[in-house]
Amino acid sequence: MTSAPILELRSVEKQFGDLLAVERVSLAIAEGEFFTIVGPSGSGKTTLIRLLVGMDVPTRGEILLRGERINETPANKRPTCMVFQSLALFPHMTVGQNVEYPLKCRGVDPAERRRRAEACLGLAHLATSYYDRPVTKCSGGERQRVALARALAFDPEILFFDEPLSAIDYKLRKTLEKELKDIQRETGKTFVYITHSLEEAMIMSDRIGVMRDGRLVQVGSPREIYKAPESRFVSEFMGEVNTLPVVRRDDGRLFCEPLGVAFDPPPGAAPSRGVLVVRPEDMRFAEDDAEDAIRGEIFNEYLLGSRVQYQVRAGGVTLLVERLRDLERPGGETRLRFDPADSLLFAE
Amino acid sequence: MTDLAEKAAPAAEGSGAPALGLAKAPAGFWCALPMLLLLGLGFLAPLLLVVLYSFMPRGSFSPFGSPTLENYVDIVEQNFHISFAWSLWLALVSTAILLLVAYPLALAITRAAPRRAVLLTVLVVAPLFVAENIRLQGWVLFLDKAGVLDGGLEALFGVGTGSLTNNVPVIVFGLVYIYLPFMLFPMILGLSNVPPDVREAALDMGASRWRMFRDIELPLAAPGVMIGGLLCFVISLGAFSEAKFLGKGVIVTVAQDIESAFTFGQNWPRGSALSVLVILLAGAAVFLAMRRLDLDAMLGRSKA
Repeated sequence: MTSAPILELRSVEKQFGDLLAVERVSLAIAEGEFFTIVGPSGSGKTTLIRLLVGMDVPTRGEILLRGERINETPANKRPTCMVFQSLALFPHMTVGQNVEYPLKCRGVDPAERRRRAEACLGLAHLATSYYDRPVTKCSGGERQRVALARALAFDPEILFFDEPLSAIDYKLRKTLEKELKDIQRETGKTFVYITHSLEEAMIMSDRIGVMRDGRLVQVGSPREIYKAPESRFVSEFMGEVNTLPVVRRDDGRLFCEPLGVAFDPPPGAAPSRGVLVVRPEDMRFAEDDAEDAIRGEIFNEYLLGSRVQYQVRAGGVTLLVERLRDLERPGGETRLRFDPADSLLFAE
Repeated sequence: MTDLAEKAAPAAEGSGAPALGLAKAPAGFWCALPMLLLLGLGFLAPLLLVVLYSFMPRGSFSPFGSPTLENYVDIVEQNFHISFAWSLWLALVSTAILLLVAYPLALAITRAAPRRAVLLTVLVVAPLFVAENIRLQGWVLFLDKAGVLDGGLEALFGVGTGSLTNNVPVIVFGLVYIYLPFMLFPMILGLSNVPPDVREAALDMGASRWRMFRDIELPLAAPGVMIGGLLCFVISLGAFSEAKFLGKGVIVTVAQDIESAFTFGQNWPRGSALSVLVILLAGAAVFLAMRRLDLDAMLGRSKA
């Protein structure tokens, strides 16, 4: 990070009764960054974002906005705002009134309000003809855009998002993800986004923080998270992976009991017993009968658009293989191999 | 509750009157039929009778005499406007106080954890299991001279409060106390139409708490708040026991005038004329409120 962080968390914790919902989270987010916090439901990400926008107060630790402590500053006194999961549009108002609301709160005069509201609607790809439409008459996608335009009208220093796209159908979600990234580039604003979908996080983010059980388990660029997950949890959170229980033999190789095959270990740390993680796309069908080839049988295949996923049964274990469609294989007996450099070893 | 009945009856008749025979009537008509009969016989018929009587000559006991306006003239000439004014004043003041008292409680109940909300609701509902008159008499025993409060303080400290009944404020207190549930429950219904997220979003957009209340919470909860206000206004306009028991005749409300016209006065036409005026007043309030009320929003049908 080159500049001083716009938002900094120092050992932030939030406790509800006996439950530690957020545990010792430390993080620095740079100005203009698209930062995504990703985690399964119940991982504490929504609690964390509520602390960041000022709807809850942390139990311990410090939240700093441009170096200034804002722990107790309520949401309506912070120069940040959030797009809610429910969008939280004002149902009794028109699109225009919704978008102008933050400006109205600031006492901006009506003509200027309208001008800025229309500019923000434009940024959110919503025609100005929507201005007088009641929000209750808007479709799901249009409401997304209204919520975004309203947040942009606030002109926040940091714009937070709490899974706003989770209720949107796949195709529209993909469009909106890209638009959101474009808007972030265009405005140069700092975006902090929350989602349970790592795929969504990968598409949009400059950096990703993965949360589990209230803790931030790994922070890094999408590439780092993908290439070098630091734990089995993160690697499995990326999507479907093959996990092989292995034991290190005297010769240094990793023996997988159920498959009856030994593999070369990946470079780096070497626990004596653990789980070898191999992504489906790193598995290949082997022609030769090498020593570390896994013998199995294809019993199912799924078409995933441009790729095909094969389920291969080997020694009571079901392995997943994903290949491009033009590399399709017929069913039946087969052998699988992978490059040890593409595998990850985690201690149990 | 006259407002609901008035609205329900014509609506049911309108949708249910079949041109070709009852067998083709929609199921809704058959479901509404028992209530329709009950309202027709028990509400509309007596109402019609009261209206007829109000145009009969003084002291007559038949609704079929020659119509006259003399009862209405009497009401104006004989200073009945004073009891009208008192009833109206009491209804307005108690409704205003109820709005202020019930709102925070309704807000607390809608925002409380479910179990606590149930407890609070039960606490509010519990007094309804005891008849209104008995509860009012209880307050009389408590507040009267040498009553529980006065006597107790006198015995313990030698200084009593004297009688706290027999004044106007205690009548207002009685109205507020008795009609709290009628304000509270519609209000809870209204406030539960305000999503917590929407409230938070307004604050997040930089609104102060007051602005959020004014721009977001109140407009969204308005149907419930208005129904509660309407119920309390209409019922306390015709209230009787509070002024009689707690007020002990310090003032006379229109409901007491109506009662005495029908009983001691044996002047049914005058009682009827007074009743008609009260009904018109209440009806006007209902009409004005209903014009501004979206019942669909009340039932949560047009939520964003």
